[in-house]
Amino acid sequence: MKHFLIISRQPPYGSAAAREALELALACALFDQPVSLLLLDDACYQLLPEHQPMGIGQKNLGAMQQSLPLYDVDQIYVCQRSLEQRGLEPEALSLKVKTLDPDALRALIKSHEMVINV
Amino acid sequence: MSDTTLHILNRGPNQSELLQHCLDALSTGDALLLIEDGVYWSCSHFSQRLAGIDLYVLQPDLQARGLSLQTGESVDDEGFVDLTAAHSRSVSWC
Repeated sequence: MKHFLIISRQPPYGSAAAREALELALACALFDQPVSLLLLDDACYQLLPEHQPMGIGQKNLGAMQQSLPLYDVDQIYVCQRSLEQRGLEPEALSLKVKTLDPDALRALIKSHEMVINV
Repeated sequence: MSDTTLHILNRGPNQSELLQHCLDALSTGDALLLIEDGVYWSCSHFSQRLAGIDLYVLQPDLQARGLSLQTGESVDDEGFVDLTAAHSRSVSWC
C-alpha cells in the first residue's frame, strides 16, 4: 500500500490551492489510501479558527477541515519554522497538528512513497 | 488633490519580497491597502515592518480568514472606493 503525503503551501481563499489540497486528502482517504497532510509557509493560516468567508462569496473551508479526522486523515503536520515566522502557536490552530523541525520534515518525506505538492 | 498613490497588496508572507518592493515604492503621503491574502501582513507579528505607514485593511478579507484587525484601519468595499478616489493613482502589487 502506498502512503501519500500532500504538501500545501498556500493560504485559504486567495486561490483554490488550499481547497484542492483538502479535496485530494479526502479523495485518498475515500479510496482507503493512507494519507498525511503537511502544511508549509502560508498554509499554516488554513487552520486559523472562525473563518467567515461569506463576505467574499466563498465557501467555508472549516467544515471540510473538521471532517479530516472522521475520514482517518489524522496525520496533519505543520512546519515549526513557518509557524514561528508568522507568530502562530500550534495550540491556536483548529485541528490537532504535529510540528516538524527540518530533520523531522526530511524524515516525513522519506517515509512516504507518493509526495504531492499542491 | 495632492499627488499621492494608493498601493494595493494582495499577497501574504509567502511573497515577502513583494511586500518589500511595495514598501520601497511608498512615497510621502501614499497609503497602503491590504486585500485578499495581503491582510495577513496586518497581524501584529509584522507590525514593525509596517510602522509609520498610512495603512488600511479590507474588512471582508480579514473576516473570511478568521482574523481581527490588529494594525491599521479597517475599510469595507465602499471605503476601498473612497481610497481610490482620494489618491491620484492606484498601484496593485500582485
